[in-house]
Amino acid sequence: MQQRLARGEEAALGELYDRYASLVHGLAHRVTDDDDAADQVTREVFGYIWENPDAYEPKYGSLRSWIAALTRRQAVHRLRQYEHRGPGGPDEVEARVREANAAARADFIVTSMPAPLRAALELAYRERVDYRRAAADLGVSEDEARRRLRLGLQMLSTAMEPGGRPEPPFEQHDRRGPA
Amino acid sequence: MHLAECVTCADEALRLREAVGLLHREESLDLDPLLRARVLEGCLGRRPARIPVPEWASPYDAEAARLDALLRDLGDGYWTAPVRLQWFDGAPVSRQFTVGQVIAHLTAVDGLVGRSLGLPGKGAAEYDPSGEAVPDAQVASGLLRHRAAMGDELPLDPWDRTWAHWAANRHLPGATLRSLWREQTHRLVRTVSFAGEGSSGLDVDFGNFALPFRQAFLDRAFECWIHASDIAEAVDYPYDPPAPRHLSQLVDLAARMLPKALAERRRAGLTTSASRLVAAGSPGRSLRLEIEGDGGGDWYVPLDSPGALASKEGMVAHVAMDSLEFCQLAAGHVEPERAAAGQVGDRAVIRDVLFAAASLSRL
Repeated sequence: MQQRLARGEEAALGELYDRYASLVHGLAHRVTDDDDAADQVTREVFGYIWENPDAYEPKYGSLRSWIAALTRRQAVHRLRQYEHRGPGGPDEVEARVREANAAARADFIVTSMPAPLRAALELAYRERVDYRRAAADLGVSEDEARRRLRLGLQMLSTAMEPGGRPEPPFEQHDRRGPA
Repeated sequence: MHLAECVTCADEALRLREAVGLLHREESLDLDPLLRARVLEGCLGRRPARIPVPEWASPYDAEAARLDALLRDLGDGYWTAPVRLQWFDGAPVSRQFTVGQVIAHLTAVDGLVGRSLGLPGKGAAEYDPSGEAVPDAQVASGLLRHRAAMGDELPLDPWDRTWAHWAANRHLPGATLRSLWREQTHRLVRTVSFAGEGSSGLDVDFGNFALPFRQAFLDRAFECWIHASDIAEAVDYPYDPPAPRHLSQLVDLAARMLPKALAERRRAGLTTSASRLVAAGSPGRSLRLEIEGDGGGDWYVPLDSPGALASKEGMVAHVAMDSLEFCQLAAGHVEPERAAAGQVGDRAVIRDVLFAAASLSRL
């Protein structure tokens, strides 16, 4: 995908959008809580990737987590801009930023956790089936389903500790990003 | 009981409950389908594409993305929901399908366009289940079954092909049908981008008839839109018409296909208006087709032979219609005699042209 973007293939840009737009827009919306701001962040994130196809370095993580981190950075930037305009005080904005960071870390953790744990979490909390049904769907015992859910949630809960989970490593290396 | 007594576990239970709140429900958010065009436009403004998607392929690209977004919003509970498809075959025809069958129909007929480009017609044959495009294990195993089931080439006739495709794929989960279709749409857009002008000399073989490549590609965009709106209507979902710059290409396509459709109906003895033989390139009689609204315009449809020159001077009839009504007519959703159209001039000519428009719905 990265090579195709670098080659300037418009079709690759469309595929990139089709694959990641709901992640980018969803995350941006979660941070900014505003449709227009989320649209704007989405434009900026895809614009940045398209203009800088070489900015992503596969050795530091998946394309998905990189895009998620870019989005979070850009969305937080937007949110801070509102600090000067919106009715909420600086404390409120910083609280939102902390919340947004936890949300983004959680997304990163979910996308990078072992597939069996992720599948269990998705069944239980996205599809909202109980653990018996989840066990049946996953083809494992109920005890195993419970164990996976607990492990998955434990991993996820580390997103709530400030600094408890290191940032995706490329952040230290890549200072380029949308303004 | 244990939780109430044990502080450590109660603490953990609380933390884990909070953690549930962090799970990101990205799929539940409806993305505005028009955002795609705005985002891509913004990107291309910052850095022009070196390998652009041809103008005539962009309606297909956009319509496939819109249908995919609809299917994503619907989720996996709708694959067997009934959808009524309508077309016009001398008289209105209406058949019941499922959402899954409609997607199989689109995949099968889109495959004919791929076939003319030399893309393998087996859909999943070169699909790599370990690749990142395949979302989960269920889809991957479906693809492997698909690969095992699809031996020989499918029939070329669009409906025969649809049923052959469906027979081979009916056991696949809906999510797999969707990714087979979507993967093919992406592959087609990518291939025509690389082929550029090179595809313009190709014809697409639809069994009983063939279309020049660009017309066929635009026709697939038209079908994608129409069937997406069939699905949306069946599940009571809002679905907008294509963006005006895409709609105008689709209206233009239907208007340009009219002379040939009219000639075919004339040969089959299905017309009533008087005909005159006119050599290709010579001036003949015409019907002025005035399409109003988004994507509209003016066309002079040659009446005597598809190759005749149609001009204002030879005009014997004038039809005015809204662009969406015209598309509904060409899709076979509106009967020619009931189409809301302003009509002036030769009644028999107008009737024949409106019936010819409805007969375009054979795909």
